[in-house]
Amino acid sequence: MSTAAPEPPLEVTGVDVFYGDFQALFGVSLAVTRGRATALVGANGAGKTTLLRTIAGAQAAASGSVRYAGSDLTAAPPHRRISRGIALVPEGRKLFGSLTVEENILVGAAAAASSDWPLDRIYGTFPMIARRRRQRASTLSGGEQQAVAIARALAAAPTLLLLDEISLGLAPRVVGELYQTLAELREAGATLLIVEQDLRRAMAACDDLVCLLEGRVVLAAPVPAVTREQVVAAYFGLRSREGRT
Amino acid sequence: MTWVNAVIQGLLLGGQYALIACGLSLTFGVMRIVNLAHGDLAVCGAYLGLVLSSSLGVPVWYVLPLLLPAAFGVGLVLQTLLFGRAMRHGVLAPVLVTFGLSVMIENLLQVAATSDPRGLAGGSLALASFRIGSHITVSWLFMTAFLTACAVLSGLQLLLSRTSWGRKVRATADDPDTARLVGIKVRAVFATVAGTAVATAALAGIFIGTIGTFDPLAGSSTLIFAFEAVVIGGIGSLWGTLVGGMALGVTQVVVGQVNQAYAVLAVHLLFLAVLAVRPAGLFASHQAAREVRGSGALG
Repeated sequence: MSTAAPEPPLEVTGVDVFYGDFQALFGVSLAVTRGRATALVGANGAGKTTLLRTIAGAQAAASGSVRYAGSDLTAAPPHRRISRGIALVPEGRKLFGSLTVEENILVGAAAAASSDWPLDRIYGTFPMIARRRRQRASTLSGGEQQAVAIARALAAAPTLLLLDEISLGLAPRVVGELYQTLAELREAGATLLIVEQDLRRAMAACDDLVCLLEGRVVLAAPVPAVTREQVVAAYFGLRSREGRT
Repeated sequence: MTWVNAVIQGLLLGGQYALIACGLSLTFGVMRIVNLAHGDLAVCGAYLGLVLSSSLGVPVWYVLPLLLPAAFGVGLVLQTLLFGRAMRHGVLAPVLVTFGLSVMIENLLQVAATSDPRGLAGGSLALASFRIGSHITVSWLFMTAFLTACAVLSGLQLLLSRTSWGRKVRATADDPDTARLVGIKVRAVFATVAGTAVATAALAGIFIGTIGTFDPLAGSSTLIFAFEAVVIGGIGSLWGTLVGGMALGVTQVVVGQVNQAYAVLAVHLLFLAVLAVRPAGLFASHQAAREVRGSGALG
């Protein structure tokens, strides 16, 4: 497809993550290439959210490393990762309920990597929340809240956007709109790492696919190189490691 | 006319309570810790004011530009070295740590300054008064304390609602984990909030010292009134704290008009009554109200 492969901007290497005595990730390695969208799939409890939180700095890795754009961020706190261009849209949106929509977005710009995403560009991308800018975030509908959560992450002007289950609990039409926006972001050059339960949608929206099973990577391949059946098998651990490339 | 007078004097007294309470309200609202040494820190402010004003030979008001930044610094250090660490070890640790700090401050002050009650020289302002009508006399000192309380609380409220710092503080109060995740330096936010709280406590301490007297153990009783003002007003609401302080002040003076012996008791009964009817306080933020209900269900 492409000529010389560029150096991947995100390199996760051999990451172990623990919650107390419970190990959530076992030697997870992952590479995301600049300008591509990667889907991270797997069953509940496979470690998808943990992996995203580890990349964003909310969760410490016991061993292994997280490198982005040439610098080692393994021990960096979240605000330093954000200023390097990594922003996370957390699972469950996690808006600041007592703040207005606009205040939520401005808080997201606290450690912004650049001024590429001023308010007017964000409102241009999400016209549905522009009308609600003075409203408290807690009074919005689920879809609007999800849009604000993405807008808050965009305010940090990320070059790598991590999205955790943005379609959870939303009507299909709303999810379609959100993915349309993500497609626009891709065209503008953003690199995306998306956790998505809906396999069909994940495979339609992304270039690469990584499947986790019980804290381990069991499949990592470009989307055109795998069939839906192979992914489903990896997802449930039916055929042991055959799908790995 | 005596009743009108009692209400006016009560409101003025309530302003003082609110001034002491606003720092407590801020720490409680943002960090969810009750600083049991808050009253003692106010008393420390009064002693520091005494030392500075007597060594420089000026009325205590002139040392505020030195005192308030110093108090802010003390708050930063306390939060960074003590409270912040305690907060990472559950809800009980900060209670124990601030209680320990309270005991330490009281005993150190007794050693360093003896138990003798002291007062601060407020200059000519301390003795001046003005009249409303023919029966009501208002002390300029009380009026100044009241207006200062209103200015401090309004100023804080404006900072919280209008500035980038305030936005970060409110976001952190809503959800510290997510605040950290979106790039807010949560520890720095906590440190500035603690600094602000101690600075307002020191300012309140100066008024305590000029209006009445203080001794090394005065902090504990101060804390109780401040705590009651916060709870009556509602956790997480600075306006609520102002109203709570005034409710305490008016109750104390009006009941004192009937029988001085029951004045302080009436204040505590008011607190109990509000706690029984509206446990989250009169003007609690939705978030705080939810938390109070949540912990009620557990306990």
